[in-house]
Amino acid sequence: MPKNKLSLQLNVEDFLPASDAEKESLTVMRKSVGFWKDGIRRLKKNKISMISLAVIIVVFILSFLVPQFYPYRYEQQIRGSENLAPMQYSQKELTAMEAGEDVFPHILGTDNLGRDYAIRVMMGSRVSLMVGLIASCIILLIGSLYGSIAGFFGGWVDMIMMRIVDMIYTVPDILIIVLLSVAFDQPLKALSQRPGFQWIQVIGVNLISIFVVFALLYWVGMARIVRSQILILKEQEYVTAARALGASSGHIIKKHLLTNCIGTLIVTTTLQIPSSIFTESFLSFLGLGVAAPMPSLGSLASAALNGLQSYPHRLFAPALMISIIILSFNLLGDGLRDAFDPKLKD
Amino acid sequence: MAKYIIKRIAMAIVTIFAVATVTFFVMNMVPGGPFMSEKAISPQAQAALNEKYGLDKPLSEQYITYMKDLLHGNLGLSVKQRGRTVNMIIETKFPVSAKIGGIAILTAVLVGVPLGSIAAFKRGTAVDNIIIIFSTCGIAVPSFVVCTILMYVLSLKLGLLPTFGLASWKNYIMPVMALSFYPSSYIARLMRSSMLDVMGQDYMRTARAKGLSQMVSIFKHALRNAVLPVVTYLGPLLAYTVTGSFIVEKIFTIPGLGSEFIGSITGRDYPLIMGTTIFLATLMVIMNVLVDVAYKFIDPRINLK
Amino acid sequence: MNEYLVNIENERLSFFTPAGEVKALNDVSLHLREGEVLGIVGESGSGKSVTAYSLMGLTAYPGRLIGGSLQFNGHQIEKMTEKEMRKIRGNEISIIFQDPMTSLNPVYTVGNQITEVVMLHTNKNKQQANERAKELLTLVGINEPDKRLKQYPHELSGGMRQRIMIAIALACEPKLLIADEPTTALDVTIQAQILELMMELKDKLGMAIIMITHDLGVVANMCDRIAVMYAGKVVEYGNTDDIFYNPSHEYTKGLIRSIPKLTEKEHSKLVPIEGSPVDMLNPPAGCPFAPRCRACMKICLREMPPYTDISDIHYSACWLLQKQEYEQAQKGDA
Repeated sequence: MPKNKLSLQLNVEDFLPASDAEKESLTVMRKSVGFWKDGIRRLKKNKISMISLAVIIVVFILSFLVPQFYPYRYEQQIRGSENLAPMQYSQKELTAMEAGEDVFPHILGTDNLGRDYAIRVMMGSRVSLMVGLIASCIILLIGSLYGSIAGFFGGWVDMIMMRIVDMIYTVPDILIIVLLSVAFDQPLKALSQRPGFQWIQVIGVNLISIFVVFALLYWVGMARIVRSQILILKEQEYVTAARALGASSGHIIKKHLLTNCIGTLIVTTTLQIPSSIFTESFLSFLGLGVAAPMPSLGSLASAALNGLQSYPHRLFAPALMISIIILSFNLLGDGLRDAFDPKLKD
Repeated sequence: MAKYIIKRIAMAIVTIFAVATVTFFVMNMVPGGPFMSEKAISPQAQAALNEKYGLDKPLSEQYITYMKDLLHGNLGLSVKQRGRTVNMIIETKFPVSAKIGGIAILTAVLVGVPLGSIAAFKRGTAVDNIIIIFSTCGIAVPSFVVCTILMYVLSLKLGLLPTFGLASWKNYIMPVMALSFYPSSYIARLMRSSMLDVMGQDYMRTARAKGLSQMVSIFKHALRNAVLPVVTYLGPLLAYTVTGSFIVEKIFTIPGLGSEFIGSITGRDYPLIMGTTIFLATLMVIMNVLVDVAYKFIDPRINLK
Repeated sequence: MNEYLVNIENERLSFFTPAGEVKALNDVSLHLREGEVLGIVGESGSGKSVTAYSLMGLTAYPGRLIGGSLQFNGHQIEKMTEKEMRKIRGNEISIIFQDPMTSLNPVYTVGNQITEVVMLHTNKNKQQANERAKELLTLVGINEPDKRLKQYPHELSGGMRQRIMIAIALACEPKLLIADEPTTALDVTIQAQILELMMELKDKLGMAIIMITHDLGVVANMCDRIAVMYAGKVVEYGNTDDIFYNPSHEYTKGLIRSIPKLTEKEHSKLVPIEGSPVDMLNPPAGCPFAPRCRACMKICLREMPPYTDISDIHYSACWLLQKQEYEQAQKGDA
C-alpha cells in the first residue's frame, strides 16, 4: 500500500454526514453558451480577424464615404495638371494658391489626363468591392437554392442536378468570360442606346458579362457545399428525433437544416468575396473589365505599367489596395470559420 | 477501374463538345465579321474574303463543317494571320507556354509541399507563423501585382533580370516566379492543414508506439497520407496556370499561347479564338481526368465505381 | 531485485491547456508482477489511459509528467531520454488501441506494418521479417497469412484488424502488453474471441497485461488484480474477488450496483451513479467523489482521504474506513 502521512487532527464532527447544500457548493458546472454567442466571442478573441474587420471597415469608408466629400471627381480632367507627382502642384494651382485660394493637394498625384489619382484609386476600390459583393450575392442565392433542392430531395433529382454541376465545373471559366465579353460587346452597346438603359454605358459591357458569367458558372462551388451540408444534416439523429416527435418537413428545414447551414454559408460567402474581386481585377487588367473612364483597381494597374519607371506609385497604390482588400476578407473568412466550427471547441 | 475511366472519358468528350458548340455560337453572335474593322478593304473584297473563309454560308452549315473538321483535328485557317493554319499557330506557341507553365507547376509543388510540412511540424513556433503569413499573402495578392512588383524590383531598380522576351534562361526566372507564387502558397496552406490533420490520427500514435522516431513517422506514415489533397488540387492548378499565363505573357512580352489568345479576341480572329479555346479546354479536361484516375491509384481506400 | 515488473509511485501528470492546468493524474500508484493481468477500471476522464501512455512515454502534448516514479522492467521511465524510450517501445512494452481501423495506416499493407516493427527492433532482413509476420498471423489466429499480408486495413473486418494490432504488438515478444479498451469497438462475439486470444498468448509468452476498460464484465473474466480509478486517482485496489465480492469504496460499490443482473426481477429500475464527473480544471480539495457519494461526510469535502488497508492486497481511499478504524480504536480504549 502506498505510504500516506496522516498529519491532520481529526475530531468527531468531521465524520458527520454532509448536507446536500454542502455537496452542491462544490459542483461547479461550466456555463453553457448559445452557438452564436460562443462563436462571436471566439471571433472577438481572434486578433487577426478583428484587425481584418477593422481594415475592411476602413476600406469601405474610403470607397463609399470619402468620395462623397472629396474635392475631386474620378473623371474630372484638370487642364495643366497632367502627370503630377504625389503632393506636387501644377503651375496653375500654385498661382491660384498665391491668390489666396485653397487647393486640395493631389495626394497621389495625377495621371496623364490630369485626373486626381487618389480619388481614382478610391473609386476603383469601390468598383472592386461592389463587384465582389454583388457577385457573391448572386452566387449565394443561386448556389444555395440549387444545392438545397438537390440535397433535400435526393434520388434522381439530385443525380441529374449534380451531373450538370460536374460538367459546368470542368468548363474553363476565364475562357467563357472572355468569349462572352466579346460577344456581348455589340448587342449591349446597342441596348445601351435605348432610353432607360444608359447605365449600361456607365458600368460597361464587360462588367455585365462578368456578372452573367458568375451567374452561369461560379455558383457550382457553393451548390456543392450546401448540398453536402444538407445531406449530412438530413441524416443527423436530431432530425430523426424531430420527425419522431411529429415535426413537419417545413419546420425541420427551417429550424434544423437552415440554421446549421448558416454558419457554413456565412463563411463560404465571406471567402467568395475576395475570390470574385480577384477574378474581376484579373479581367480588368486584361482590359475586359469596367469601361473607361470608370476605374477599377485592375485597370489602373494595367494602365500604370507603361509609366512604371517614372511613376511607380501609379502601380503600387492600386496594387496595395487590392492586396489589402483580398487579404483582409480572406483572414476574416478564416477567422469566421475557426470561430464557428464546433469541432475546434476547447 | 476500366468502367470508371471510360465513363470519365465519355463525360470529357461531351464537355469538350459542349464547349466547342457554345464557343461557336457565341462567336457568331457578335455582329460584324473579322474583316469589318480593317481599313482599305472594299465591300467586294470583303465579300470575296468572306466567301473564301466560308463565312457567307448559313450558320448551321458553318457549324457542321467546323465540327467535321474538328473531328479530324483540323482547327481551320487563321483569319487574321493569313496563310497560317490555327494548328500551326498553336503548335508554335504552345510549347513556349507549356515550358514556363510546367516549370511553374513543378516549382509550386517542390516549394509548397516542404514548406507546408515544416509549418505543420513546427506548429506554433516562429517558423510556422512566418510560413503562414507568407502563404496567406501569397494567395491574396493577384498575379498581375506580383508580376509588376517583381519586374519593378528585379528589373528596373536592380537591373538583375531582363524585362521581356525569352532570350536566355534568365528570362524564365521572373515569369516562373510570378506564375508559381499563388500555387505554392496555396499548396503550402493545403499541405499544412492536411499534415496537421494526419498528425493527429491514431495511426501516427501506433507508429510512435512501435518505437519509430518522429522523423521516420512523419516521412513514412504521415507524408503519404497528407499529400493526397494536394494531388486533387493538381487539376485546378493546371487551370490556374493556363489562365495565369495570360497575364504573365502579357507583362513579360512572352510569345506564348496565352498572349496569342488575348490578341485573337481583340482581333476577332474567329478560327483562332475557337481553336485556342477548344485546345485549352481539352487540355484541362484531360488533365482533370488523369488526376482523378491517378488519385484512385494512390489511395487504396477508394472504391472504383 | 525488484519484485514488480511495473511499479508506479505517486505519479502526478497535468495537461497545460490554454484554458488552464488540467490535473489529469493526481498521485497515482500502481504495481504489477510479471505474468499478471491488471485491470484498470474507471469512467471516461478518470485517467486510466493517461497512466498507461505515460508508462510508454507517449503522453500527448500539452501533457507533462510533474512528479512521481515510474519503474518498468528495471528502467526508470521518467528519467529516460526519447532515444532510450524508442528502444523499448514495441519491444519490451507494447500497446494496442481501442479502434483498430484508425490505428492502422490506410495506405500501407498490413504486412508492411508488421514487418516494420520487426525490422526496427531486430536484425532481420525483409525476407526474414516477412516470415516472422506470417508466423505472427498464424499465432493470432488469422488463416491464409500469405494473402492477408498483402491486404490493406480497409479490406479486413474489425475483429481481424484487432488481431493484426495484436500481432504488431507481440512481434518482439514484449514483457508487458497494454490493452486500451481493445474490445469496445467490436461486436460482442468478436470481443470474446479477442479476449480469449489475449489470454492464450499471455500464457504462451509469459506476458503481463494491463487491461484498461470501463467494462466490468471483461475485467471479471481476465484480471488477477483490479485498480479502480476516479478523477485521476486510484480509489480502490485489490484482487478480482475482493473488488467484486467485497467492494469498499462507494464508487466501486456504485459501479457494481449499476450492472443489471439476470437474476433481478423484471421491471426493476436500473441503478445509476448520480451526479456528473469532476471538472479536472478545478478539482476539489477533498475526495473527488464526495459530491456524488451517498455516504459523504463533512471531512470528505475538505480533505483527501488516505489509503486504508483492508487486507494484504486490498486497499481503498475512503474516510469511512478511517472512521471505522477511529471507532474501533475508541472501543478499544473504552
